[in-house]
Amino acid sequence: MKVNEVEYPAPADARRLLSDHLRHDLGLTGTHVGCEHGVCGCCTVLLDGNPVRSCLMLAVQAEGHELTTVEGLARSGAPLHPVQQAFHETHGLQCGFCTPGFVMSVVGLLAQHPQPTAQQIEEGIAGNLCRCTGYASIRRAVTRAVELSK
Amino acid sequence: MTTRWFGAPVQRVEDDRLLRGRGRFTDDIGEGALECCFVRSPHAHARITSIDVNEARAMPGVAAVYTAADLPFGGLDLPLLIPHPNLTHGRTQRCLASEIVRYAGEAVAFIVAESRYLAEDAADLVQVEYEPLPVVITPEAAARAEHLVHDDVPGNVAAEMVQEVGDVDEALAEAPHRKRLRYRYERGAASPMEGRAVWASWSDADRKLTVYDSTQSPTSIRGGLAVLFGLPESNVEVIAPDVGGGFGPKIMLFYPDELLVPYAAMQLGRPVKWTEDRQEHFTAVNQERGQVHEVEVGFDDEGRVLALDDDFIHDGGAYTPYGIILPIITAAQVPGPYRIANYRVRFRDLYTNATPTSPYRGAGRPHACFVMERTLDAIASELGIDRIEVRRRNLIKQDQFPYDVGVAWQDGNAVVYDSGDYPALLERAVAMLGPKPNGDNIGMGIGVYVEGTGVGPYEGAHVQVLVSGKVVAATGIPSQGQAHATVWAQVVADELGVDVKDVEITSGDTRRFPWGVGTFASRGAVTAGNAMHVAARMVAGKAKQIAADHLEANPADLELAGGRVRVKGSPDRGIPLAAVAVLSNPMRYAFGGGTEAATQFASKARPGPPLHEGEQPGLEATGYYSPPGSTWASGCHAAYVRVDPKTFRLEILKYVVVHDCGRVINPLVLQGQIEGGVAQGIGGAFYERLAYDSDGQLRNASFMEFLIPYATEIPPIEIDHIETPSPLNPLGVKGAGEAGVIPVGAVIGSAIADALGVPVAEMPLSPLKLYELATSRP
Repeated sequence: MKVNEVEYPAPADARRLLSDHLRHDLGLTGTHVGCEHGVCGCCTVLLDGNPVRSCLMLAVQAEGHELTTVEGLARSGAPLHPVQQAFHETHGLQCGFCTPGFVMSVVGLLAQHPQPTAQQIEEGIAGNLCRCTGYASIRRAVTRAVELSK
Repeated sequence: MTTRWFGAPVQRVEDDRLLRGRGRFTDDIGEGALECCFVRSPHAHARITSIDVNEARAMPGVAAVYTAADLPFGGLDLPLLIPHPNLTHGRTQRCLASEIVRYAGEAVAFIVAESRYLAEDAADLVQVEYEPLPVVITPEAAARAEHLVHDDVPGNVAAEMVQEVGDVDEALAEAPHRKRLRYRYERGAASPMEGRAVWASWSDADRKLTVYDSTQSPTSIRGGLAVLFGLPESNVEVIAPDVGGGFGPKIMLFYPDELLVPYAAMQLGRPVKWTEDRQEHFTAVNQERGQVHEVEVGFDDEGRVLALDDDFIHDGGAYTPYGIILPIITAAQVPGPYRIANYRVRFRDLYTNATPTSPYRGAGRPHACFVMERTLDAIASELGIDRIEVRRRNLIKQDQFPYDVGVAWQDGNAVVYDSGDYPALLERAVAMLGPKPNGDNIGMGIGVYVEGTGVGPYEGAHVQVLVSGKVVAATGIPSQGQAHATVWAQVVADELGVDVKDVEITSGDTRRFPWGVGTFASRGAVTAGNAMHVAARMVAGKAKQIAADHLEANPADLELAGGRVRVKGSPDRGIPLAAVAVLSNPMRYAFGGGTEAATQFASKARPGPPLHEGEQPGLEATGYYSPPGSTWASGCHAAYVRVDPKTFRLEILKYVVVHDCGRVINPLVLQGQIEGGVAQGIGGAFYERLAYDSDGQLRNASFMEFLIPYATEIPPIEIDHIETPSPLNPLGVKGAGEAGVIPVGAVIGSAIADALGVPVAEMPLSPLKLYELATSRP
């Protein structure tokens, strides 16, 4: 599978979750695991450009696909991706644990709807849980990300 | 002092790495470590008749399996953290249960293996035989005491406490109106998005134990591990790295893993890591909020409260490791912002066969606020007076501070409100709320609260100016998202006259600062914030002294600004702070970075030995702040809600907050704290209920059924602030971590009662609960 444009060998263990494979085999610990039953969205990554929950997939199921994790949005030393920058400017994160999942969901949302309506924003972030922010600043982050992406 | 950074909406310095996926949470650490899992009791109350771990031990890939019998400390009760004279029957669990289990989820065996996957495989091979015992699951059942949670605790009563101000019996007897009310608040769960995790490594050569722990109190973990393992504290390092939310339960210590992971690392000579999964988090991590209050209130024709008598029971859970802090807080906070001349409160802290309780954001206050606010609503309803007007008539006035409530606080001091303006909070909130929208099934709710914040004993800070001119500062208490690295940089930057980006904060790492208490009770800004201020001011004083010698000026004529120490009124006459840092350390050897200026053949600024009597090298200082008593933040929330009369779906049409936490360090961070707190409050008021069945099984131990709100459930929150600085500390701050959550249950409950015309005397509500209330109306 290709992760952040780098080709990796096939996972060795058939029962390895994709989230564990990314975090502990490939060292991409920016993808977080909050519930392991597909509800919190912390582990969201892009599979061929679409947001998916990496805790609900086995690593072997990602064979032949292209994955993007939060580490793949902005290279080391490069400026933040517009969505990341927007979260920073609007105080869209506190503890930062759910943040990579939200960022990936919003990247996916804006790829599908570059000018989202308020309803589309609401639906776009409604699959991720945040226990810190109360979501208001995350809504502001999406609006800001749209501006920064222009 | 200049106030360039204090009060400014500085964007967070900690964001960049978190946004890039380069945060460092405990489970991100320790590649190659052995991994663990627990065998936990499936029963809420049972006698263990046998434990067989032989098959698990023999499984390939398993490094160790521990039961109580395998541990040198297996027979020790875990510490009772906060003893209290009224806690006559305190009980704590053992690291691993070997005789009786008292809640479903209590740890019985601990498995260490090459991977988590293998550890879980081995857990399936552990055979534990149980003989079930009768289960006590609600506080009411505990009070009936038909069965006992602990054989040697009569009546299931861990503690009882009575306090009285004035003469309640007499005041009630003379009151024109009396009313009896009963309130019930159920358990909830903090549910930080990161569960708990511990990583430990032992170096036999250095005899040094290093522990990463997603805790709210690394300094206390260090102290406890040093005692348990007989090591000097300096040989134990505990680091709370990035912590993915805390909200209270991570201040609890010691959870069994916090001893077992370090112990296994020492025994096995390899790093060991345990990461909790979400399901076990639901039963293994402390919970809160279960209380039942029986209230009698006496009031006059104008709705003024003459006497309040509250007798409540508190669901302590199976053990009392955190003492009786929660019911003490509730007892102290029921009167809230209101003048109640005659107040009596009695509580009993009762054992139940459920997960132990300890503070969860709000910590005893949401229930206290609910009791008081619903009681005021009842008075308004009885007398036909507007609910806002009843509050107006009872609020403590602005000229009554300091205001002594007359009851005991969680730090052993008296409850004395330091400052505030409660009428202003109420009027501002009413103005922001505006007129009621048109439509059916719309209700208004309002609640005013105070919050004891910033409790002691103390925190400390170390601040140092490096020879580069950059500043590093450290404190013992960790961040779980409260932006410590930003707000304390603001405090330090102001004192040292540097840019906030030139101040790097470390918090929660005992290697950098070994003393302190923890992050809880909205205390960080007050305790560690003021410690940063004290330490930075000491450094500034030292910098002036050194620069004065160099500039041949009087220290009193100097100021720190723009990264320099300079003469007031002659800004060109000065010396960079970096150079002062060099001069602060008289040297024999130069090693670049301008340090040659401090060597022995460089020109001397003053006669005598390089370090004078009492001087210490380095442009650094360690300062402490120990509050004389709690600060008291306050606020008012109000809302309009609509409830669908058929589906009982809740729609929050408008939610306003007016908040007073004294001087505001960073309004951006404060807004986030309030918004997040309100969201948690809304979850706790209408969506999140821990559903225990009569066997003590938690029936909804997953995010599929324990419904933390998504964005779709949380409306925009309108926030305004008033600032009544605390007279108790140099910065005038009060703390804001818990404020958002406290009155939400009271406000939502009041609004729903108003919308549907049903009696609301319990929390949490839900569509089903509202259906029951609406259909059982007489």
